[in-house]
Parts: sequence; structure tokens; C-alpha cells
Amino acid sequence: MSKRANMSGNEAISNAIRQINPDVVGAFPITPSTEIPQYISKFVADDLIDTEFVAVESEHSAMSVCLGASASGVRAMTATSSCGMALMYELLYVAASDRLPIVLAAVNRALTGPININVDHSDTMGAKDSGWIQIYSENAQEAYDNMLMAHRIAEHPEVMLPTMICQDGFVTSHAIGNILLEDDDKVKAFVGTYDPEKHILNPEESVGVGPYSIGAYYMEMKIAQFRAMENARKVISDVSSDFEKVFGRKYGMFEEYEMADAELAIVIMSSAAGTAKDAIDNLRARGVKAGLIKLRVFRPFPAAELAEALKGVKALAIMDRSDGFTGNGGPLGSEVKGALYGRTDGIKTINIVFGLGGRDVTVEGYEEVYENLEKLKSTPAEEIPYCIHLGQREEK
Amino acid sequence: MIEIRWHGRGGQGAKTAALMLADVAFSEGFYVQAFPEYGPERMGAPITAFTRINEKEIRVHTNIYAPDMVVIVDETLIGAVDMTKGLKEDGKIVVNTKRPPADVAEAFKDYKGEVYAVDAADISIRYLGKNLPNMPLLSVVTKLVGVITEDAFLNEMTENLKGKFSKKPEVIEGNLNAIKEAWNSAIRVNE
Amino acid sequence: MSDKNLDKMGHINELSPWQDITVGGFVIGEGNSKFFNTGDWRTKAPIWNQENCKQCLLCFPWCPDSSIPIENSKRLEFDMEHCKGCGICAKVCPFSAISMVAAGEEK
Repeated sequence: MSKRANMSGNEAISNAIRQINPDVVGAFPITPSTEIPQYISKFVADDLIDTEFVAVESEHSAMSVCLGASASGVRAMTATSSCGMALMYELLYVAASDRLPIVLAAVNRALTGPININVDHSDTMGAKDSGWIQIYSENAQEAYDNMLMAHRIAEHPEVMLPTMICQDGFVTSHAIGNILLEDDDKVKAFVGTYDPEKHILNPEESVGVGPYSIGAYYMEMKIAQFRAMENARKVISDVSSDFEKVFGRKYGMFEEYEMADAELAIVIMSSAAGTAKDAIDNLRARGVKAGLIKLRVFRPFPAAELAEALKGVKALAIMDRSDGFTGNGGPLGSEVKGALYGRTDGIKTINIVFGLGGRDVTVEGYEEVYENLEKLKSTPAEEIPYCIHLGQREEK
Repeated sequence: MIEIRWHGRGGQGAKTAALMLADVAFSEGFYVQAFPEYGPERMGAPITAFTRINEKEIRVHTNIYAPDMVVIVDETLIGAVDMTKGLKEDGKIVVNTKRPPADVAEAFKDYKGEVYAVDAADISIRYLGKNLPNMPLLSVVTKLVGVITEDAFLNEMTENLKGKFSKKPEVIEGNLNAIKEAWNSAIRVNE
Repeated sequence: MSDKNLDKMGHINELSPWQDITVGGFVIGEGNSKFFNTGDWRTKAPIWNQENCKQCLLCFPWCPDSSIPIENSKRLEFDMEHCKGCGICAKVCPFSAISMVAAGEEK
């Protein structure tokens, strides 16, 4: 039986980790993910899990611990945020190329600078090309559910890629709210065990990990990663349908909300999607054909499915919670526009960067976005700026 | 949906009260959401915390800008912080204060909704020996929100405090007595 | 990952297609450095003069590339697939039983 509970996103994720009982956790505290290693060390102290918790001196070391542990054939996990992820950056790539299915609980926080502790996606977006699978969560329930699915996706023999489960710092990590927790036994049965064929602690067979790949091998290694990320699409979909069968909650690569007849749509990620859904209900009550797509899986990017889901839309805002300073819009903006190219033409599209460093966008704020989309419908495409910002103070 | 904004200073327990109110409503089957506004966490600095209570899933993930109720844990913040900002006209204000009702009414004379005063500090000092106004205030606010009966509230708080103070059981009784007295102690200062 | 690829470890080479590379580039099995031919790095080559050799075996521990095979307590001909022609063996030989020549002239 699912248990109705009331807890924060960090507590929910930590409970998932308790139920998974990873072999090794290497972690260093950083706001707002600090509570996760705190909970884990308490679980260890209370003998609820038999995880080897390694309190390291930096996030570089945290990920190094995970690399070593994972190469030895066990489940390794960590949690981090913002600058902590930045300090892991080098090792994120190593985890992906060594094909070590490490699972990371990311609690999104603006990347310094200027220094800020609140949510935006600049930390994990900085790692968007590191070869990790990235799954984003709207609320504590999704963070918990995604974490229960993470190992099965990461450890699938056709995938073998590290996976990060992201949720918004403070907004969901520290807000308490309703959640359904699943039974320990049922979770353990769903997650299963991890027993890789090849690892470095096998006395019967020597294994070397992370060999120098000279030019003659590097590209072949990278194509193998590319293929693994391609394979992840089906595996994520299969694991998600299996999750629905067992626990009853449905997850796809993205969630469509009021999209069936939507003419005005936004693509958005994580907690902001919840607020925008309330805006859509208000707009629908006024007869506005508004809808949204909440992207769950950012890596691998579901380009074809997204283009298909957006094909009836007349005006689209792609909502980025990080900037990127690319000269071509935020990371989500670039991805979605790329997904539409050659697949779905004629949608009036704008990229909106919002919510940086925890800046709130209210229900009314999203309603205004849709009101502006109504105007965008009749704006000549060449007059639409590639990217605008929302919610900042402006000189009048 | 009922939205409550708490104003206090770091260390006074405004965040704890905001979260415990959510716990109480949760125990009655409601959907809840509670969180503080995160920033510099310093003893004494003005802080804001939020509680949402609803009959269906709460999807909104923003601070509360148009609360149904404002709770002032520390009255020295009045004037320093705009307490009635966004507060609904038919909403409620609860102030922890030692001032006479007429003074409190005067302080909020421009507000059309209901204004309540309670000397939570006095209750706290009498039952707990120190000024921890958040539990008596939680009791007052819970009654005004009206999501739970007095008996069910006391039962819930007994369980909650037992869990929270499992290593300090001596403070449980004092807290419970403070909560009991506070339930009927708020005075409406305006009509 | 397929067993087919893993079994080939030691035989993966610069002509192998990406499908044959192990998952994560894991190097399976020990002693695979013998599949790495360093003999073509030579600019000089050692010549073993067996008449002068007393089989003291001092050359063997000095060789950085394990290119002096030993069998029944006696050294054999150089392993020219791996000898880099460093000349250390010629330098340490007390009996002038090893001399260095330009690569190619040893044949």
C-alpha cells in the first residue's frame, strides 16, 4: 500500500535512496542538497541502510568515490547542487565515458556568479553535454518516483550511463507537501539488484577502467556513448511503463497538459510547470486555448516526439530557467527550436528566459506569457526576437 | 485554497509553525505546502514563511503574494515590513502582542478584515519558562483556519511533539498546556 | 554489451569498429601490453653475440620492456616486437655480448 506522507523534496529523495540502499554514497554538503547526505548518514547511523557513506572533502572527490565504487561493480550515488556540480564537472564526463551507471540527486541552484543559493537550472544545464541522462521533476513526488526509476535506466545493459535526477532547489527540495511513499519491499523488487558482469574487484578476471584513448579509439568510444544515449530512449520509456504498472503513476518523456487543442503553448521544466498549469486552468476558463509541455527527460532529448506534440500549436514560448549567453537563446530554447526544424514548420516561436536565481514567476505572470503569445500569432516571424527575459526590473 | 504568510525573526520558530500548521492540516486529509523564504539565515533577521492548505493537489510553486491570513510572530516588525501587502480584504491578521486591543486596532485601522491579538509570549513564558511564541500562535492560527477540531488538534500535537521532542520529553507537557490555553486566547480587536 | 566483443579483448586494435570496443573501454584480462607492438619505435637495435655471452642474465632485469625472454635459466634471442632499442642491455653487459646497430641492420 502506498503511504500518504507529508515531506520535503529532499526528504522524499532521501527516502528513495533509503529504499534503494546503495552500496556507496560519496557526498559533500552544498545548499540546497545538503539535507540529502545528512539524511543518508542518519540512515547509516540508525542502521536502516548498509551503505558505505564516504564523507569527502570536495565534490571532485565525491564523484571520484562514485567512479571507483561503480567501477568495482556496486551501486554508487551522490547528491549535489550548483558549484558542487561545477567542481564535479571533469568527473561527470569520466563517469559517462567509462559507462559507470552512477546516480546523482541534483538539487538545482543557480551557478555562481554572482553567488546565489536559489533555484535556476544553470548548474545541471552546464552538464547537459556531459553524457549523463538528465531527468527533471516538478515536485517531491516526481523526484521520488524518478529516483526509483533511475537505477533501472542507468544500469540497463544497453545503456550503462550515469543518470541525474533533478528537482528545484528550495521550491521543491525544502517545501513540505503531500507525497505517496511506496512500500520498501515493493520498491526493492522494482529497483532490483545490480550485478554487472565486468568490474575491477573480480579475483577471477583483471579489468582495467579508463584507459587512455588515443586518436584511433576516441571517436569509437564516443560513438558508443552516442548509441547508449539513443538506447536510453526506449529504456526510459519501458521502465516508465513498468513503473506505471507497479505504482500507477504515468510518466513519459514529457507531460502534455491541455495540449489536445492548444493553439498557444509553452515548453517548461520542473516546478514552474505546476504554477503554469494553474495559469492554464484560469485561461481555459476564459476560453483561451492554452496548453503546456513539461519536459521530463532532457537527455536524451525527445526531439521527434516533441515536434509531433507541438504540431497543432500556432504560437510557442520555450521557457528556459537558465540563460547560457549563447547569442542564440537558452539551452531549452535551442533544443526545442532544433527539434522543430524540418519537422514542424510555421509555429511562431519565442524563447523566454525566466526565474534566474530563484526569481518567482506567478500564476498571473504565466497568464501574461499566454496573452503575449496571442499577439505573437499575428507577428511576422522576422519581427520576433530570438530570446527575451521575463520578470526583471526594467527602466521605464 | 487557504494561503497564510508568517512574519517573524530568525530563531523565533515562524518557519516551524508554518510547517506544523501544514502537518496539522495534512493529518485531516488536506493537501498542504509549507516553506520559508530562503535567504540569509541569521538570528534576528526578518523572515517570511508560507503555508498553503487546499482540498486538491497544490501545483503552484511560488511565494504567497495574496494571503488569506498574515501571522505576525514579532510585532517589532510592524512598520519595518509591509504586513498587509497583498492581504485579501476579507482576510485575517494575527498579532503576537502585549499591547492593549485598542492599540492593535489603531495600528491596523486601514485594514478592513479581521484583526486578532494574542499575548503568545506571555503564554509561552508561563508554561515553558521562556519566550517561544510559535506554539501558542500555531494554536490560535489553527483555530482561525478551521481545518480541525480542538480535540483532534490536541491529539495531533501530542503525537507531533512526542516525535519532535523524543529526547526532551519534559518540554512536551508545557507545550501542550500552552497550546491548550492559546486555543481560546485570541481577541478580535476590530469589528 | 555483447559477450562477442568482450571475448575479443586483447585483439581490439586500431582497425576495430566501434561495435567491438568494450563498454566504457574496459580493458579485460591481464598481460595485454604484449599486444602493443613497441618494436617499431626503434632507431637502434641490439645484437646478441652469443659467443661472448656467459648467461649471467644481468641484461634481463635491466630491460625496461621485458624484451629479453628467459627459458630454463637461460636468455633467448631478443623479442624484437617489443624492444625499443634503448641500449641499456648493451651498456650493462659485463662481457660485451650485446652491441647496438642502426635499426634495420640487425637483420
